[in-house]
Amino acid sequence: MHAPQPGGPAIEVRDLRKRYGALEAVRHLDLTVDRGEVVGLLGPNGAGKTTTVEILEGYRRPDGGSVRVLGLDPVDDGRELRPRIGVMLQDGGLHPGLRVAEVLRCFAAFYPDPEDPSALLERLGLVELRRRFVRRLSGGQRQRLSLACALVGRPEVLFLDEPTAGMDPRARTNTWDLVRDLRSAGVTVVLTTHDMVEAERLCDRVVILDRGTAVAEGSPAALRSALSGDLLRFRSSAAIDTAALAAALDLPPEAVAEERPGEYRVQGPTGAALVAGLAGWLADKGFDLLGISTGHATLEDVFLRLTAEDGEAGPRP
Amino acid sequence: MNRPAVAAQARAELLLLVRRGENLIVTMLIPLGVLVFFTRLDAVDTDGRPLEFLVPGVLALAVMATAMVSLGIATGYERRYGVLKRLGSTPLGRPGVLAAKTLTVLGIEVLQAVLILGAATLLGWRIPGGGIVVAIPLIAAGTVAVAGIGLLMAGTLRAEATLGLANGLFLVLLFLGGMAYPLERLPRALESLATLLPAAALSTSLRSALDPGTGWSVSAVVVLVVWAVAAPLAAARRFRWEE
Repeated sequence: MHAPQPGGPAIEVRDLRKRYGALEAVRHLDLTVDRGEVVGLLGPNGAGKTTTVEILEGYRRPDGGSVRVLGLDPVDDGRELRPRIGVMLQDGGLHPGLRVAEVLRCFAAFYPDPEDPSALLERLGLVELRRRFVRRLSGGQRQRLSLACALVGRPEVLFLDEPTAGMDPRARTNTWDLVRDLRSAGVTVVLTTHDMVEAERLCDRVVILDRGTAVAEGSPAALRSALSGDLLRFRSSAAIDTAALAAALDLPPEAVAEERPGEYRVQGPTGAALVAGLAGWLADKGFDLLGISTGHATLEDVFLRLTAEDGEAGPRP
Repeated sequence: MNRPAVAAQARAELLLLVRRGENLIVTMLIPLGVLVFFTRLDAVDTDGRPLEFLVPGVLALAVMATAMVSLGIATGYERRYGVLKRLGSTPLGRPGVLAAKTLTVLGIEVLQAVLILGAATLLGWRIPGGGIVVAIPLIAAGTVAVAGIGLLMAGTLRAEATLGLANGLFLVLLFLGGMAYPLERLPRALESLATLLPAAALSTSLRSALDPGTGWSVSAVVVLVVWAVAAPLAAARRFRWEE
């Protein structure tokens, strides 16, 4: 039995590979998650997020590489690991023929030291629904019950596969508050999401997956500034020479792009000098400056740029 | 084995079975109905001892209803709903799911036995004390055999297909099972086929155990044991926990 280091990382993935027939679902993925960290796996459909999470949960054996959760092998040491993790699957897994309170009480009985089911129902706003059959719940209500089942065993590591999909805005905000509380209590959380706002609000660190491998990793803020920097948008005539403008501004050619006809974006350190340089160059060439705005790139900008199919939707050099 | 977890899961499964009306019809009403109706009708040539013939057959029918039809359909839908998958990552685990299902099947079968033997007694049947002891391992083997068939369907087919096939198979095994009328009433070819099926093997063996007047058929016991080994093995090899 490998004694897990108390201070060691909660999750350690090295060179993970998983293939389904001809499809390489995960390719050479490395991932370390520290205890108490909230890490988001972001990526388009088919990027390998769910496959990765399900390997960590012990559902599938990797084809190559090594995986440790709390120092344990999720498959071989499953009996020891399962009481210490909480799992929320992408689609439910709760029996429609049982009532809300029955489901949660049953799950509570699986764990050695469960939370009080009634208190948990209260926390997730499910008290009035306790006698309702699972089949009569809305998608968002079902997600909340699913989250309750993931939490009832007081997990050290929590896996959430698209936790707020289908929730209304209020339930979503409540769920985020809950996850933040869990982090304060020292719970490690790995979640997958399509939702950039969720990743930005919730995650200490984001790993962007594309076609089975990590293409970027860092805090949401670091990703934004490292990959996109600051952003300036302006409107002018269509089809101006972006490469020439970039050169004039001392920026690499791909830093200036025409997003839509007459609408441009400039990635670079925004400031008076950049604005002055831009305005001067446009005036020299006889173009009008119709509007200008500055701001940070969003995580979505980063995501779309990194995961674009062959750079098709991304900025062209 | 995590005993509180298995107990909680078995409790939930029993609750679900009791809530499904069609399940109670198959596991309770049909065996009891066959027993009472064919005893009253006395339509088949049973030397004026219809209960000695019918009770073992109805017990075999009850085993099929529970361990094949009910278990197969419930498990097929649990697989469809992702319930089996979800339970796999809890401390209950896959062995715990199997243990809970075993307990559930046993619980239903005990209830069936009480009802069937009780009804038969009311109709004038005398419980053969020693015979019951011999019948228990036979019922266990029959349960394992048809549970293997039920789980093989549940773990490989879509839930709707399992539903249809399990009910269809129930009818076929009822007709070819030597349960409501003797196998000899069947056309020759069908009779030979029927003796190779688990239903007839179970009802024939139970009849030998419960009615001292009936001799043992070694081939029936052998067929039963072969099914009890082969069907669960096939299920274990082919079963997929996710649809």
